[in-house]
Amino acid sequence: MEKLLTRNVGKADSADIEVYLAGGGYQALKKALGMKSGDVIEEVKKSRLVGRGGAVFPTGLKWELTRKISTEQRVSPWMPREEPPSGWRAASKFIVCNADEGEPGTFKDRILLLNDPHMLLEALAIAGYAIGTTQGFIYIRGEYYREIEALEKALKQAKAKGYLGNNILGSGFSFDLMLYRGAGSYVCGEETALIESMEGNRGCPDCRPPFPAQRGFMGRPTVINNVETLCNIPSIMVNGGEWYSRIGSPDSPGPKLFCLSGHVNKPGVYELPMNITLGELIQNYGGGVKGEFKAALPGGVSSSLLTDLKVKLDYKSVAKAGSMLGSGAVIVLNKDTSIIDVAKNTIDFFTGESCAKCSVCREGTRRAGEMLARFANSGGRAKDIDLLLELGEVMYDTACCGLGQASMNVTTSAIKLFRGEFEQRLAK
Amino acid sequence: MSKALWRAKVDEVIKQWGKVREALLPCLEAAQEASGYVPQEAISYLRENLDVPAVDIYGVITFYGMLTTEEQGKYVIRLCDSLPCHLNDSDGMLAVVERESGVKAGETSPDKKFTLEVVPCLGLCDKAPAMMINDKIYGNLTEGAVKQIFSKLKK
Repeated sequence: MEKLLTRNVGKADSADIEVYLAGGGYQALKKALGMKSGDVIEEVKKSRLVGRGGAVFPTGLKWELTRKISTEQRVSPWMPREEPPSGWRAASKFIVCNADEGEPGTFKDRILLLNDPHMLLEALAIAGYAIGTTQGFIYIRGEYYREIEALEKALKQAKAKGYLGNNILGSGFSFDLMLYRGAGSYVCGEETALIESMEGNRGCPDCRPPFPAQRGFMGRPTVINNVETLCNIPSIMVNGGEWYSRIGSPDSPGPKLFCLSGHVNKPGVYELPMNITLGELIQNYGGGVKGEFKAALPGGVSSSLLTDLKVKLDYKSVAKAGSMLGSGAVIVLNKDTSIIDVAKNTIDFFTGESCAKCSVCREGTRRAGEMLARFANSGGRAKDIDLLLELGEVMYDTACCGLGQASMNVTTSAIKLFRGEFEQRLAK
Repeated sequence: MSKALWRAKVDEVIKQWGKVREALLPCLEAAQEASGYVPQEAISYLRENLDVPAVDIYGVITFYGMLTTEEQGKYVIRLCDSLPCHLNDSDGMLAVVERESGVKAGETSPDKKFTLEVVPCLGLCDKAPAMMINDKIYGNLTEGAVKQIFSKLKK
């Protein structure tokens, strides 16, 4: 398959605007600015592109929702600032790129940000035009120092060349972008927490609805898209949504970046259509398992364990197999791995990253950690096995955001698939 | 010395963002970067300039892993222990890093040279086990590699 997202990865100076322009860069923006904004959205809808950050929401629909909310229809009235901020526009709507990549096992956005920042900037300008805003933000995690540097440089270049700023390419459309750095919080990748963080608060998620597309940053409609999602946009604009919708699997069109890690010989990011199987990904691209295959997590530590190598890696098939593809972070475990150790590691992660707003998540992750620690030390209690399953259900049903809802997935799937390992670790 | 440094950095951010609450996190990050932690004076300064209650500012600082009001070491070591690194023996590497740096996880050495933190995923899963020291990335760690890194830092 011809590469769309990673086509410039590995080229010399791929992050430089001249290299990007030589490869046809910013032609998509030019084309979009010549179209009606509604037609740009139609094209994205035709592509059937869905969010690559894990939530799988149709991108075109999200854009349309926000575009259609007129100033009068806003869910919450906003107060005009007495002192207008100088470096950015207090627009009536916003577009935010979610570059707060933090799911353990996910490192795909980093590759795009570092190697092809202009592809993202171009996509954001197109998105801004489509939804009708003049201001966008990129919320990037604070630990991505090199990527922040690459983006800052790219922003300067794009502004100097007139692809961002006032009256872009003489179209009358103006659009600015600002970087917003996170400060070390996993939950801020959740869209409502991300908004809270940008507003100068603790990053605690809010209940939805209203969705940020209706009421987001500063109370105004805000589209939040993942880096990888946005990077598909320039190709869709140039080649058409129809063309894009025919790539790969009919159920999940378009390329996907798979992040392969754990016990594989060649970990890395692989751009592939979503019609390959888990086994093919590991064998043909990851160079096979280090040791003997035991299980894999298809969507990072928020997803459930899979043991069937024949599962096709598209959204529907993975869901049918009882897990979720999420951001495409495939973590492979070999036979030497203790499943209890894996479950404990993931629960400890969620305990540390829970914002502690919902008691069920704050307490639930801690209690699950205590139970798993007992199993890890061969002092497990028989009743805890079913208690953990029940706790998983309760948290799924009652936690406010995806963190709490998904935090027990590894543990409950570990019990369902490898119950024997837990029973071996009961207190004697 | 450090006061003038953080003031200049924070003022730069306020100039860019305006005196609005949305500027709080970027201001705190600027202060943290300039001083290695968020000094008490910076909190007072932001309370007055951004019109945010001090209790909210403390709330924000304690929420984010990269912000702290305690003085940090010259080298802040962030060792990842999320699943991909964990599967590739990050526990073993932690023992080596603790031995080489002389500090335990979560601590700062008395001479303020090293701060060691065990952190969630740094997005370096293809180079597991991995760590960052300040803004530098170190991947595919082995005992030998860690020893070499620290022999240079200790000079």
